Amino acid sequence: MHYGGKIIIGIVIFVGLLLSPFVFNVGKAYKQPELKLPANEKKCVESLEFMRTKHMQLLNEWRDWALRDGKRVYVNHEGKEFEISLQNTCMKCHKSKADFCDKCHNDAGVSPYCWDCHIQPEGLK
Amino acid sequence: MSTPSADELFKSIDYNPPASGWMETPVDFSPGNWCYPAKEDKTKYMMGYLPEAFGNPREWSPEDVDWKLPSNWREIVMNGFRERLDKYRSFKVFMDICVRCGACADKCHFFIGSGDPKNMPVLRAELMRSIYRGEFTVAGKILTKLTGSRVMEEDVLKEWFIYFYQCTECRRCSLFCPYGIDTAEVTMMARELLHLVGVNINWVLEPVSNCNRTGNHLGIQPHAFKDIVDFMVDDIEEVTGVKVKAPLNEKGHEILFITPSGDVFADPGIYTFMGYLMLFHFLDLDYTMSTYASEGGNFGLFTNSETMKKLNAKMYTEANRLGCKWILGGECGHMWRVINQYMDTMNGDIQGPQMRMPRSPITGTEFHNAAVTKMVHITEFTADLIKHKKLNLDPSRNDQYKVTFHDSCNPARAMGLLDEPRYVIKNVCNNFYEMPKGTIREETFCCAGGSGLNTEEIMEIRLRGGLPRGNALRYVQDKHGVNMLSCICAIDRATLIPLADYWAPGVEVCGVHELVGNALILPGEQERTMNLRQESLPGFEDEDDDWTPPNM
Amino acid sequence: MNALYSLVFVFILVLIPLFGVGAAHLNTIFGICLPMTAIGIFLVFSVVKIVRWGRSPVPFRIPTTAGQQLSYDPELFKQNKWDNPSNGIQTVIRMVLEVCAFRTLFRNTSTSLHETKNGPVVAFSSSKWLWGFALLFHYSFLIIVLRHLRLFLEPIPFFVHGLEFIDGILQIGAPVMYMSDVLIVVGLLFLLARRLADAKVRYISLVTDYFPLFLILSVALSGIWMRYYAKVDVMAIKELTMGLVTMHPHIPAGIDVSFYIHVFLVSILLMYFPFSKLMHMPGVFMSPTRNMPNDNRFHHHENPWNPDIKPLSYEAYEKDFGPAMAEAGLPLDNPDNAKAPEEA
Repeated sequence: MHYGGKIIIGIVIFVGLLLSPFVFNVGKAYKQPELKLPANEKKCVESLEFMRTKHMQLLNEWRDWALRDGKRVYVNHEGKEFEISLQNTCMKCHKSKADFCDKCHNDAGVSPYCWDCHIQPEGLK
Repeated sequence: MSTPSADELFKSIDYNPPASGWMETPVDFSPGNWCYPAKEDKTKYMMGYLPEAFGNPREWSPEDVDWKLPSNWREIVMNGFRERLDKYRSFKVFMDICVRCGACADKCHFFIGSGDPKNMPVLRAELMRSIYRGEFTVAGKILTKLTGSRVMEEDVLKEWFIYFYQCTECRRCSLFCPYGIDTAEVTMMARELLHLVGVNINWVLEPVSNCNRTGNHLGIQPHAFKDIVDFMVDDIEEVTGVKVKAPLNEKGHEILFITPSGDVFADPGIYTFMGYLMLFHFLDLDYTMSTYASEGGNFGLFTNSETMKKLNAKMYTEANRLGCKWILGGECGHMWRVINQYMDTMNGDIQGPQMRMPRSPITGTEFHNAAVTKMVHITEFTADLIKHKKLNLDPSRNDQYKVTFHDSCNPARAMGLLDEPRYVIKNVCNNFYEMPKGTIREETFCCAGGSGLNTEEIMEIRLRGGLPRGNALRYVQDKHGVNMLSCICAIDRATLIPLADYWAPGVEVCGVHELVGNALILPGEQERTMNLRQESLPGFEDEDDDWTPPNM
Repeated sequence: MNALYSLVFVFILVLIPLFGVGAAHLNTIFGICLPMTAIGIFLVFSVVKIVRWGRSPVPFRIPTTAGQQLSYDPELFKQNKWDNPSNGIQTVIRMVLEVCAFRTLFRNTSTSLHETKNGPVVAFSSSKWLWGFALLFHYSFLIIVLRHLRLFLEPIPFFVHGLEFIDGILQIGAPVMYMSDVLIVVGLLFLLARRLADAKVRYISLVTDYFPLFLILSVALSGIWMRYYAKVDVMAIKELTMGLVTMHPHIPAGIDVSFYIHVFLVSILLMYFPFSKLMHMPGVFMSPTRNMPNDNRFHHHENPWNPDIKPLSYEAYEKDFGPAMAEAGLPLDNPDNAKAPEEA
C-alpha cells in the first residue's frame, strides 16, 4: 500500500475510537442502580412509571406553579392532594440526595440544577 | 457560422438548467461544439511509439452517427477504466467521495459563460462517476436510476468526447472543492480512455506528434528554427543596434534554456522571446538553446501520462548531451505544471551526473526550491537579478502601457508562482493594475483555450469560457485605462488576443519578458525610438504612423 | 422527485420498527441483533473501502496550490504556508484546517451576471452560507455522538459531563434542551432547502443525496421525540446499551417504541454509510490534492508503476534532419548525418 503506514495509523485510530466503549467495558457487567426507597411510605405523588420517566417534568411544573403562580396545591391522577414543595413533600420521604437522586443521575450523566437553589436533604457538607 | 456579438452572447447565458434530467438531455453534435478529430496519420504515428496508449487510427467525424469505433470498444474502455482506478488513488477517491454540494458549480469558466449544466465541474465528473457506479459498484448495478448510475454506451462515450474537451484542466474547481476533487484529474483519465479507442482531437495529437519528431509542437524543423531565431536577432538589432547572440545546440554551456515554441513562432510570443535573448546577452550568460528540445510545453499532459513522459524526457536527455548543469525554463503555463508536479517523478532518473542544483552565475543565488528538478522559472531568475540590482532598467520605456497581469492556471494552482512575475513587472513598468479579487492569483480564470482547446473551430465555446477573464479585463480597462495584458504562458499569448478583442477590445497581450526587453538598457545600444514591436515610443512618433486601418 | 422518493423511503423505514416492535414485539431483533450487525457492517466495510483506496498508489504529487509557493528567496516572496505547504507539518496544518474548519468552503464565492449601463458585469461575491450551516450540522452531529457516550460508558468520562453541561447551559425546560439538538435540525433543514431551492444544485442532486439528509433528520427528530416528548426510561435504555458494549445483551422491560425507531434508523445509517457518499469523512484525508506538500521540485516522489518510456533519441532526430541542420550551420554529433540519405 502506497503511504500504507499513514493509512494504517488512520484506520487504527478510527477503529479504536469506535470500539473504545467495548474495550473499556471488557469483563464488566452493568446493572441499573438500586434506589434506597423510603421506609415509611409506599406511594409517591404519582405512579412509579410516571415518576420514573416524568419526575423532571413534574418538578419543573411544581416550581413554576409555586413560585410564579403562587399555586401550592397539586392534585394527582387519583385525586389526592399534595402540597407543592420540594422541601416539605419530596424530601420528607427522600431524605438523601446521594442515596436516591444521584444513583440514577450519575449513571445517566445528568446534573439537574435543583440544588443551585435548594439545600440537599442531607445538608451541606 | 457566425459568432454573436459580445452583448448578445452575454444575454443568452441562462443558469437555469433544462427541464429534462441530465441523463435524458441530448448532446449537441453540431459543428462548433467539438474540435476536429485527429488526422489518421497523426494517430498512427503516435501508435508506432506508444501502442499501449493510442488506438483506432481512422478518418471520422463527430457529426456522423457512426464514429467507427472498434467492435470491442466497450471492453477496451472499461478495462482502461478499471486499470486507471488501480493506478491512481486520486481517480478512485474522486469517484467515491463527491457529495454534490455544488460549491464547484459556478467556478468553471465554461459554465459561467455557457450556463450548460454539464459544464458544472460536478456534473462533468458525474458523466464518469455515473459509469463508475453503474459498472463497478454493487448498489449502482441494482439501483441504477436511484443512485444516478448508468452503463457504458456509445452515447456516453460521445458525451465524454464533447464535455471532456470542454474542460481546460485549469483546476479552479479543485480550489473550491471541500475535498479537493480535481476535475482536471478526471478529465485526464477520460481523455486517456478516449485515446484508447481513437476518439481524439487534432489540436492535441498534431502538436504531440510534431513534438516527438521535430522537438516542438509547431513542427518547426531545426534549420527553420534557426532561421526564425536569426530573424529575431536581426529585429533586435534593428530596435537596439546591438547584435545579440543566440546559441543553438552548442555543447559545453552551463545552462540549457527551454521555452515554449509558441514564443518562436507567433506574434506576440516572439517579442517575449526577443526579451529573453536580450536579457541573456546583457548578462553574457553561458547558455544554449536546443532544436531537439525546442518545446517547453507538453501537450502530453492533455493526452496521457505515457506521452507526457516521453516528450518531457527530451529536456534531461538534451541537457545530458549538451553537458548543461541546469535548465532555465521560459514563460509557459502547463509546462510548469509538468515540471513542478511530474518531471522529476517521471524522468528524474535520467538526469546525468553533470546536473546540479541551479545557481545563478550572476548573483550566486542557489535555487534550493529546484534542487531536484534542476529547473528554474525565468521569472524567478529575473526577479533574483532585479533584487541584486544586476539589471540596468528604464521602466519609462513601457510608459505607453498600462499593464495588468493574468495568472495562468497551472503556475497558479499547480505551483504557486504568483509573486515572482508581479515583482518583475513592477520593476520594468510604471503602470501596473491588478484585475479584481476573485479573478487573479489562485482564483485566476482560464483563457478558455488551455489543454489543447486553442483551436478556431470551437471559437464560440472559447469566447464563452473567456467571459470571466474578459470581463475582469474590461473592468480594469474601464477603470484604469489598462491597455496591456501581460502573462507568463504561450497559450495565453495566443488565446487571450481573440478573447480581449471580443470582451475588452483595445487591450493587447504580451509576455512579461517583452516588458523586460523593452526596459533593459543594453550596453552600446542606440537611442531607442521604438519598442520590440517596432512601434514608436512616445515622443518618437513620425508622421508615417498617422495611418488608420481601413474599416473592417 | 428525487427528494420525494427519499422522503417516502425514510417514512417506510420508520414504519418497520413501529410495527416490528409495537405490534410484533421483535424487541431482541431491533434492540440487539440489528444494532450489533450495523456496527459490524459499518466497521468492516468502511475499513475495506479505505484499504481499497489505499491499494491504488499515488503516482504523482498533485496538490492544488492555493497561494504563493516556497520561493528560492522566502524573504522577498513570502510563502503562503497553509495554502501551499512545502513540508509535512505545513501539510498537516492545511489538513487540520480543512477537516476541522472547512477552510475551502470558507473561500466559497457565488457568481452572478449583471447588465449595467457600462456593459455586462460578471460579479463574484463571498458566499459563506454553505460553510456556516455545514459547520453547524457537522459539529452538532459530533457533539451529539459524543454525548451519547453516557449510555455506553460507566463511569461516564468528564468530557461527556462537560459537553452535557455546555450543551444544556440555556436551562430551558426539563429535561433541559440541548442546543446541538436544535442546531442539527437547523443545519439539516438548511442543507435540504439549499438543495431544493438552488436550481443548479437541485439539477445535480440524486436520491442518494436526499436520502442521507432525510435519514439523519429522522434520526435527530426521533431522538428529540424520545427525550422531550415520549420521555423514555433512560435507565432502562442504559441497561440495554451497556448490555451491548459489555457483550451481555439484554432487553429490559419498559422501553418505549420510540427508542427502537431511533435505534433502527441509526442502524440503517451505519449500514448505509460505507457504501455511500458519506465516505467523504475518511475520503477527505486521502485526497491527493490536499494531503501532499508542494515539494516536487526539491523532493523526489516515486511512482511505483513508472513505465519505461524513452524519448525519441537525439541520434534519430539528427539522422532525420541531418542535411538541413548541416546546411543551416547547426553542429552535428555525427558528421555522416550531413549527407542526404541517397548520398550516404
